Amino acid sequence: MALLELHDVEARYGPVRALGGVSLEVGEGEIVAVLGANGAGKTTTLRAISGTVRRTGRILLGGTNLARRGPETVARLGVAHVPEGRGTFAELTVEENLRLGGYTRRGSLDDDVRRMGEWFPWIEARRDQHAGTLSGGEQQMLALARALMSRPKLLLLDEPSLGLAPLVTREIFRIVRELNERDGLAVLVVEQNAAIALDVAQRAYVLEVGEVAVSGPSDDLARNESVRRSYLGY
Amino acid sequence: MAQFFQQVVSGLASGAIYAALALALVLIHRATGVINFAQGEMAMFSTYIAWTLTANHGWSYWPAFAATIVLSFIGGLAVQRTVIRPIERAPILTIVIVTIGLVLIFNGLAGWIWSAEVRAFPSAFPNETILVGGVAISVQDLGTIGVVLALVLALWAFFQFTKVGLAMRASALNPDASRLVGVRVGWMLGIGWGLAAALGAVAGMLAAPTVFLDPTMMQALLIYAFAAAVLGGIDSPFGAVAGGLMLGVGLNLLGSYIDFVGADLRLPAALLIILVVLLVKPEGLFGKPVARRV
Repeated sequence: MALLELHDVEARYGPVRALGGVSLEVGEGEIVAVLGANGAGKTTTLRAISGTVRRTGRILLGGTNLARRGPETVARLGVAHVPEGRGTFAELTVEENLRLGGYTRRGSLDDDVRRMGEWFPWIEARRDQHAGTLSGGEQQMLALARALMSRPKLLLLDEPSLGLAPLVTREIFRIVRELNERDGLAVLVVEQNAAIALDVAQRAYVLEVGEVAVSGPSDDLARNESVRRSYLGY
Repeated sequence: MAQFFQQVVSGLASGAIYAALALALVLIHRATGVINFAQGEMAMFSTYIAWTLTANHGWSYWPAFAATIVLSFIGGLAVQRTVIRPIERAPILTIVIVTIGLVLIFNGLAGWIWSAEVRAFPSAFPNETILVGGVAISVQDLGTIGVVLALVLALWAFFQFTKVGLAMRASALNPDASRLVGVRVGWMLGIGWGLAAALGAVAGMLAAPTVFLDPTMMQALLIYAFAAAVLGGIDSPFGAVAGGLMLGVGLNLLGSYIDFVGADLRLPAALLIILVVLLVKPEGLFGKPVARRV
């Protein structure tokens, strides 16, 4: 059984249907990418999993159906969602943001806060700074670090490269890959930048108007003529 | 000069009571954008509970004080869970009207249970004065100031250093992002109502020895608390405390040095402060201006 399974998941924003029966899987220790044009339903797929949009269908995490659970419960079951636009708490300090990330865990968070300082060395120096004063790249890294504080089974990453310098993007994906290889962290990542996503992911799904159009191993998709032309631009 | 200092200290004492009630208003407003008009009546109800414990059940003062705080916390939490939660997605006006309904309910209940008779309420502190540098200062005033300051410090430490305190701040700032990290935002709002009710209870118990206990005892105090909260900035806990103390001292000095401002003009003066602050500096002295997207 895969770690995460979506069966025929539909979601709507009022009268607008954003997902029309999406099915996909993320295995244990796997990085999976979701690609597609604007409005294809990539972000909505992640929001359906974390419970921040109303959805129907079956969403199984290790056999537990998430489809009727709210975001608080999904987070408690081990899914960490780094939303588009990051969702850090601008008025709270860097350290407070990190501690909130570990909110669902018991016991001391000191070791994990220290570990995040090792992953992201700038954090150490800015622990008491308000998150709102950080640069875009730092906020994205803080959002990632905050998600990791919960020691998730599954990480949902929404457009981690959005608005960031290529160097920062590469750094973020390097850390994600390292966590995946070292700790077996499973990741479902939504990306506009298909080249970088296919590079880091083992498998990928391409969404078109709320449905899965193509899926397969990243290497195959990268070679696929129509995928290349539509999403990779060469 | 001695009289001036006496007036300042007694102003700080009444100001501390305004501050406690203003802080209760700010706690709820920060988290939900709602003004709880029933805050005063809830505090009055709590004070009656303290009175019942001491007068009818023979409790001594401090145990009754502590038990009332705990019971008020539970009561505030229960009101949020049962009355406010079902309408939390309704427009602000709906919620405000429900809190006005709560005013009538608590007021009616108190009259029904305890009658409208005016009663004496014990004070924790002896009715004495001590001399500080030639100025006679009331021990009751000092005690009131001390209790409120201790409470404000404890509350600050709770919000600053505990996990639940942090989650409550996060819920007030960004409920959606808080849910994503697993915070049960609904319960955080409930705890906020509980804390506000507990603060109100303290304000009521500290005020009752001087204003006496009856079902209308908190109505004027609530106006002062509004003035304090608006003056300090309705979203600023620090502002609520500072606003309360400033208001207490200001009204007291006004009353003693300007002949025509007697006890009768205290309330209109408070209303005037609300009006002027809202017109000139709506964010208050310590609040941040709110930019609104149109």
